[in-house]
Amino acid sequence: MRMIARRLGLYALTAWVAITVNFVLPRLMPGNPIQTLIGKLQGQVTPNEINAIKLSFGDVKGGFISDYVTYIGQLFHGNLGVSITLGAPVSSILRETVPWTVGLIGISTIISFCVGTFAGAMLGWMRGSRLDTLIPTATFFQAIPYFFLGTVMLLIFGSHLGWFPVLGAYSSNVTPGWNWAFVGSVVRYGELPVISIVLSSIAGWMLGMRNMMITMIGEDFVLMAVAKGLPRRKVIMHAARNAVLPSIANLSLAIGLVVSGALLVELVFNYPGVGDLLLQAVLNEDYPLIQGIFLVITLTVLCANLIADVVYLALDPRTRTEAAV
Amino acid sequence: MRTLRLPRSPKVLLGLGILTFFIIMTVIGPWLAPYNPSATNFLPNTGPSAHHWLGTTSLGQDIFSQLLVGARATMVVALLAGLVATALSMIIGVAAGYLGGYTDDGLSLLSNVFLAIPGLPLLIVIDSYLPVNSRSNAFVIGLVISLTGWAWGARVLRAQTMSLRNRDFVEAARIIGEKRWRIMLSEIAPNLLPVLASSLLFTVLYAIGAYVTLAYIGLTSTSVWNWGTILYWAQSNNAPLSNEWYWFVPPGICIALVGTGLALVNFGIDEFINPRLRAAGLTSKQRRTLGLPRRIRLGLTPVLRSARTPAVKTTNAPAASQ
Repeated sequence: MRMIARRLGLYALTAWVAITVNFVLPRLMPGNPIQTLIGKLQGQVTPNEINAIKLSFGDVKGGFISDYVTYIGQLFHGNLGVSITLGAPVSSILRETVPWTVGLIGISTIISFCVGTFAGAMLGWMRGSRLDTLIPTATFFQAIPYFFLGTVMLLIFGSHLGWFPVLGAYSSNVTPGWNWAFVGSVVRYGELPVISIVLSSIAGWMLGMRNMMITMIGEDFVLMAVAKGLPRRKVIMHAARNAVLPSIANLSLAIGLVVSGALLVELVFNYPGVGDLLLQAVLNEDYPLIQGIFLVITLTVLCANLIADVVYLALDPRTRTEAAV
Repeated sequence: MRTLRLPRSPKVLLGLGILTFFIIMTVIGPWLAPYNPSATNFLPNTGPSAHHWLGTTSLGQDIFSQLLVGARATMVVALLAGLVATALSMIIGVAAGYLGGYTDDGLSLLSNVFLAIPGLPLLIVIDSYLPVNSRSNAFVIGLVISLTGWAWGARVLRAQTMSLRNRDFVEAARIIGEKRWRIMLSEIAPNLLPVLASSLLFTVLYAIGAYVTLAYIGLTSTSVWNWGTILYWAQSNNAPLSNEWYWFVPPGICIALVGTGLALVNFGIDEFINPRLRAAGLTSKQRRTLGLPRRIRLGLTPVLRSARTPAVKTTNAPAASQ
């Protein structure tokens, strides 16, 4: 419990840092983007909303500290400001896009972690066999930027071979809702993005697991398991269960990296998630939207981290007594 | 002091070969480029030919020249960001690991915070506020990337410093009254060399990815040629969907090859740090000549050349030592 409390403290602090970065950055940068922004908005928003924008960009005479307090107060009410280009509140835009991203990246990460760890365990066990040639191959895939692999797969399997539907998250002739046609279409359109994210991220899990497995096989308890005459499958399980712990401990750190890469995959596939939105926001210099997306991504990653930590705690009793951060 | 002696495995040699190739390309690429990469006076949208090895863009620019010229910007920013980030992570990691106490608490907290914030979105937020003229400045971009990429290295170096802190030679230096900064600099730092090298490779790898990504989404100046800007123009002209593979595949392959080279050399460093991994990577023929069993299944993976390079088990995968 102490560990969870410490991690919670860390994540609260991280969230605070992210919020503060959002608050301070526009004030640090040279130039005055606010007037240009408000100029663009004429006639699209109410004076009240213009005030909110001014507030979030520091164009209020309230002084640094009181601005900051107001800003944080707004965040607690779920007010992330108003998007300049879309003219809608950032929070309601994000409510539509975040589920797509969480679904896509979440499922890909789980598949990638499970398959990668299993493959890594096998590679570690059968070290020195022909399977070792998989390692440079996996490294190559790891070195490719996510968005590039996505583009190539889109080109080959999507538009060239036509095996997968391209662009978007569901077919245009189904109505969104909880019906089989829609869910099926979402799954079908999700296949290629998921495969490309899994391919890009699997090598990290695989190599980490392989190296831990090699160290683990040298331990006495594995020898003991063999000496007792346990079947091979059980021995591997025995070693793998211990070798997987560092991977899980690292899971919470790796999620941030995977999310960063996967956001761009959405962009390639025109997936209606946060990544695509982020690109539009960047191109249009829609600062409130950029900031809102950054904040939501950070908070989501922190939640995922916390879940990974709890899983780790449940699996490794040692961490329950040690105060490991 | 342990010098870094890379095992001469095919993996490492291949990695070094790839890196050498691209370093040469970085140095002489812009001189080799047959045309001005921004010149638009060719027939647009042509495929590879003798005149244009990689074809032309829809604006009629020579893609091969863009690739050669772009190598320099890409590599320089990546190297700069890698060096700055590694220096940062060394200062913070060694200070945290050696000094301990509140300094450690504070610095560890700082690096944990930076680890938990997803790097790319942070990078995009910072970068989108940069004035347009500093976005074309390699130095500024490199610094911003290093700001988001130092935390992992600091964490690994801290763990390693903590395991060194109580070794006898450090203790001896402390007893004869060496100053703290001197112990950190001349006793601890040299022993961190393998970890430092591996951290540098990873940071450069991260920096290439980050820089190319920023360029790809149009956050660096689109008039400075790097591999990301080529991809940016290819994407915005719909090259992937109109089968113009010669436009967007070569820069991607270059990025992937540099990354693979870095990772392969890093395998060498891993195998240097943890000799057990070295034996695990041998082919069955090599193993026979060394008199090792044909298949290693159980028990310790034999450590090769153990007399020359002592195995320090604690330095193994950073994951294990938290």
